[in-house]
This record gives sequence, C-alpha cells and structure tokens, in this order.
Amino acid sequence: MADLSVNVAGVEFKNPIIPASGVFGYGREYEEFYPLSKLGGIATKGTTGTLRTGNLSPRIAETPAGMLNSVGLQNPGIDTFIEKELPNLLTKDTVILANIAGSTPEECAEVAAKLDKTDVHMIELNISCPNVKQGGAAFGTSCTSAEAVTAAVRKATSKPLVVKLSPNVTSITEIAKAVESAGADALSMINTLLGMRIDVRTRRPILRNNVGGLSGPAILPVAVRMIWQTANAVSIPIIGMGGVSTGEDAIELMMAGASAVQVGAAIFTDPYAPIKIVDEMNDFLDAQGIASVRDVIGTVQPW
Amino acid sequence: MKYTQGQYPIIEKKTLAKEMYSFVILCPEVAEMASPGQFVHIRIGSFTLRRPISICEIDKVKGTLRIVFEVRGKGTAEIAALNKGDLIDMLAPLGHGFTVNPDAKKVILIGGGIGTPPMLPLAQIYGEKATVITGFRSANAVILQEDFKKTGAETILCTDDGTMGIGGFVTQPFETLVNLGDIDAVYACGPMPMLRGIAALAKANNVPLCEVSLEERMACGVGACLGCACKVKRNDEEYFLHVCKNGPVFNAEEVVW
Repeated sequence: MADLSVNVAGVEFKNPIIPASGVFGYGREYEEFYPLSKLGGIATKGTTGTLRTGNLSPRIAETPAGMLNSVGLQNPGIDTFIEKELPNLLTKDTVILANIAGSTPEECAEVAAKLDKTDVHMIELNISCPNVKQGGAAFGTSCTSAEAVTAAVRKATSKPLVVKLSPNVTSITEIAKAVESAGADALSMINTLLGMRIDVRTRRPILRNNVGGLSGPAILPVAVRMIWQTANAVSIPIIGMGGVSTGEDAIELMMAGASAVQVGAAIFTDPYAPIKIVDEMNDFLDAQGIASVRDVIGTVQPW
Repeated sequence: MKYTQGQYPIIEKKTLAKEMYSFVILCPEVAEMASPGQFVHIRIGSFTLRRPISICEIDKVKGTLRIVFEVRGKGTAEIAALNKGDLIDMLAPLGHGFTVNPDAKKVILIGGGIGTPPMLPLAQIYGEKATVITGFRSANAVILQEDFKKTGAETILCTDDGTMGIGGFVTQPFETLVNLGDIDAVYACGPMPMLRGIAALAKANNVPLCEVSLEERMACGVGACLGCACKVKRNDEEYFLHVCKNGPVFNAEEVVW
C-alpha cells in the first residue's frame, strides 16, 4: 500500500483525487454509492453572490471521447450554500474546496469574504467559466483582469486560495504568473475548452447557448501539456484536471507537475470513477515500487 | 431516492418493430426499488455519456425490469446490439415517477411513439379503470398493444397516416373522452407538442391531476450536474428543475411550455 497523501498549499489530502466542480453538486447524490470520506476532497458546484438560474436547455451535447456543457453556473447563491450545504459537507471527513465565481471582482471578493468566516478548507476561484457572459472566462483570458480579480479575492480571505485557469488563452503561463503574483496559493487547471456542435439536419447548434465547455478523455493531452508548461513557469502548486478517467491518467497529470487531480466527466460514465482511480493509482505505485505518490509529482523526463 | 449501479444480465431480447427493441433485465435490487415513470441510465462502451431509457415493466417477484427503446443514434444502436445473456451496465432506478391515486375511478394514459413504454406499468396498476390512448407514425411503428390489452385497460390506437386504428393524433380521442368528464387523472409521455396539447385540454376540463414525463439531454442522471434543465413555475416564480431528479415526471400545471 503506497502512501497516497498529498499536501497542496498547506492543506493535507488523504489521497490526490477530488471530484471537480460542477459534476458532483454538493456530494449528496453520490453518497448513495460510497462514503465521501474515501475522496481526497470535493470541489463544490460554483457558487455566486446571489442565485443564478443558468442557461436554457439543451445544456449537454455528446462529442467524440467527451461532452460539451453549458449549464451556466446555476446555483442557489452563497448564503444558501453556507447555510444549507456547507455544514453537511464539513462533516464528511474530506477536504472541501468551495468553488466560487462572480460577474465582477467585487462579487467574487464578497463571496470569498463570506466563506472566510466559515470552516471551509480552501477556496477555488473560477476565472474560467466559458458559459456565462459576464465574469467567468472574461476574467481568465487577460493577465490584467486575472490579476485584478485574484488580488480582490486575496484581500477578502486568508483561506488557501486556488485559482482555476481557462485553457482558452494564447499563453496560459502568462496568466498563471499574473495570478501567482496577485497572491494565489495554488492553481487548478484546466477548465473546459470552448467547443460547439451542430445538428446537421436542423442546422441548429445542439446547445441552446450555441457554445459550451468541452470535457472528457478528448482533452487529456491538452491538460498534460498545459500543466507541464505551467509547472515550469510558476512555483505555486497545481491541482490538475482534464479528461482523467483512470489511475494512470492521474499519474500522468502528476508527472506533468500536478500535486493533486480533479476528476470530472468520468463520473458521468462511472459514478465510482474517483474511487477506482484512487485504487488504480495505488496499484500503479505498488507495481512500480514507488513508496509515495508525492514522489511522482513533476518527474516527467522531457526530451 | 434510492438507486444503485451494476451490471445485470439481459434475459430476453425481442424486436418489436423496425429499430424498436425490448429487453428484460434480471436486476432484483433495482426492481425492488423501482416505480412507474422512473428510468435507467445505461453505460455504452465507447461513449462518455450514458443513455436514459424509461422503465416499461417492473416485476418485483421475478426481480426483473423491462425496457423498450428505439434506435436513435450510435449510442442506442450499440445498446440494441447487446444480446440475451450479455450484461448491461445500469445506474438505476432514477428519477421521480408518476403519482398513483388509489382512489381514482377513471384515468387516461397517453403515449406518443417511444413515449408509450412508460405507460405500461400504470396500465398494470389501474387495469380496467384506465383508458390507454397510444399514437404512432404508421402501422409498422405500432408497439405494445397486446401488453396494454392484457392489463384490462380499454385501448385506443391512433396512427398519423391512418394505416392502423384511428387516423390522426392522440389529442383527438383524448379531447372526446375528457369532454365527457369524470376523469380523475391523466398521464402522458411523448413529443412536446403532444404533451402541451394534452396539458391544455386537461386544464380546460379541470382534471384534478395531469402528469407528463419529459425528456432532455442528460449527463449525470442523479441531479448533481444540473445539465437536464426544465423550466417550471411554482408560487408564480419561474425557475429550472432537472429532468433526471425532479422529473422525468412533472405536474403539467407546473411546466412552462
């Protein structure tokens, strides 16, 4: 049995696997399958200052080796999250990353300030949602706005702050450096890639929002590349994600430089995916004679 | 809502019509929990997303479920390629099903095309108290008529092109029946224009309960991802509920058509 524990920005995780924000709600639906304590952590559904209703349907489309979504940050707002969901989550013996978003830096800061007064373990600031018109990816695609929103949230909280980056940029390393200089404790990446599908019979986009975020196995190599480039450009830790569906996929992201790994679309295919991935990582490490999963972080040997 | 995930053997496979298949699946723990109107979420080897298929029969004694589905694309084609003896990976039973009224004396069940299968468990419960109106494109797409007759329910068959039963849509015989009055409940599943028409007629005739089963593109199936949004109105406020968890069955009065 290998040591699977990792540490990200001072927070201890019993294993590196975290269901990604948006796929796992607040955990309630998946407790039917397994105790949430088996997970390294949970990134909760993105929460904004006030209730958001989200986009019109269809919000989901299938793609080769993946899927598109355009949910559009539907959530009940931060006050309801803190009152109704967070207390329950904090009893689950797993790290809780509260994912937050907003239309303005002020809204993000206000949400973070409210969470600062709770016992949540980490805040994951989403500056990369491709499905909302204001805020979201608009922050994450320029260095100055990424820096400004990170700085605003940094001022509002002393909780460990993870900033979730968009892959829909020309240079992710420049954005990563801007966010690091503004006080982020860690990065999480990559959010979904902007995509589109058209029903060729009706000539209508399948998504009512026309475009949406691509996730699933199709994006794994993009995630590996971006994590590797970013790990070489910043000194803060990275929580990797993007198309992970097996233990070896997770190990690959860690070798590229990730200290922990989020799992998204794979949970739709198999609700047990996070649990199986933890077991498969352990099997891989045992077979390779590696004592701790920490010993694989950033160990890719590039040509 | 209680559900599970597992791989269960297909113990019977039948072709009901062109591209229409019926599977009986041995899954005692799922059958035990299942109720009419719920669905199963089927994993397909080469796709990220599962496919939601409504439950057509529940046999708690034999521990089986029956599903009837139409091949609509590559995913359902892959499910249709499974055979008797193969295992099928299901997340089930999912969703909020139909409300059965034990005191009802007369109910109408309406199924349009591939919306017909979820009406069968209700017909089995209501028996002679039910009138089942089903509609299909054409005679060669008609399914489940013998199954409905066995329940003791009265059956009315429509085809769009008049090649079998009454020519035209299900809304025509429904309108005649509902105008006669004394209907305690109406249940429907089928295309949106059909459901909209039925909901309007049920409301105009003050039917106490009208429930419709809706469809939407879906990811998780359990209410976590918020992908399959459906607009509803409660207490004069419009907001999104989710077909997989709050539905697929909704009170027709709440749906924003």
